[in-house]
Amino acid sequence: MSVAEFFDMGGYAAYIWPCYALSLVVLVGIAVSARRSLAAEHTRALRRVQSNQEQAS
Amino acid sequence: MSSNTESSVLNAPKAGTRWLWFHKLSSPPYAYRTSGVLRPWFLWSAVILLLVGTYGGLLLAPPDYQQKDSFRIIYVHVPSASMSLMVYVVMAVASAVGLIWRMKLAHALAAGCAAVGAWFSVLALFTGAFWGRPMWGTWWAWDPRVTSELIQLFLYLGFIALRSSFEDTQRADRASAILAIVGVVNVPVVKYSVIWWNSLHQGPSITLTGASIDSSMLWPLFVMLLAYALFFAAVMCDRLRVEILKRERNASWLADIGAKT
Repeated sequence: MSVAEFFDMGGYAAYIWPCYALSLVVLVGIAVSARRSLAAEHTRALRRVQSNQEQAS
Repeated sequence: MSSNTESSVLNAPKAGTRWLWFHKLSSPPYAYRTSGVLRPWFLWSAVILLLVGTYGGLLLAPPDYQQKDSFRIIYVHVPSASMSLMVYVVMAVASAVGLIWRMKLAHALAAGCAAVGAWFSVLALFTGAFWGRPMWGTWWAWDPRVTSELIQLFLYLGFIALRSSFEDTQRADRASAILAIVGVVNVPVVKYSVIWWNSLHQGPSITLTGASIDSSMLWPLFVMLLAYALFFAAVMCDRLRVEILKRERNASWLADIGAKT
């Protein structure tokens, strides 16, 4: 099978590739957004802990 | 503090060690640390299995005798559709545990599930449309399977909308938990819709008694199903930690979480 044949997917390229492309985009998107919101929430928590300690001392 | 009274009851000699694991698991600092340790294992095994499954599905599996190469959409369609149901079951069970045992962590888990489940439903509907167009001759049909999957998406969106309408997290937890539990009736409707009703959608390829497709087509599907489940677990590790941090605003253990996520 040639590379061109593979990408043609027996004539179904227009249906198969959008499915795989969107699946990839969504999976990467949910992983990245979870990572980002964790980083943001983590920074916020550290800042809160710091200000609490400063108030206590 | 309720968590302190719980721990003193559970640590009493009479209670024994039978429920100790349950108590430990439901403790936010323990869950926070454990999910941080587990995440890379889930994530990297998911990534490897996604690559293997995609390779198997697109290159090694032979074309279907009826659907030709278009059937290869199955390797992204079925895992996302099955996860859209699985995630909902996790969300409903966690909600029930949260309501019955008043466990904050279970509510945190349920709250973290919703958006991921909604995205899996979107993927199932989208890849379904792109499979339906060449096979059924239409992008969309008000078919029992398609319609009930759309309702599944609306249940997730309703759960998210209901949560955001409360300022108080505890109230949001309780109200959304009831919605999640009631909504779980739609899961068997989606799953068995192709059997109960005369549907455009094809029947299940895998049942308890065996599979109706050849093993060369089947193994990549199993690999992808496992990959999606592990991927969900990896994402949930992060999302659960976010929910824990939001709920444990002033807990003293936060001083020990370290500078890096």
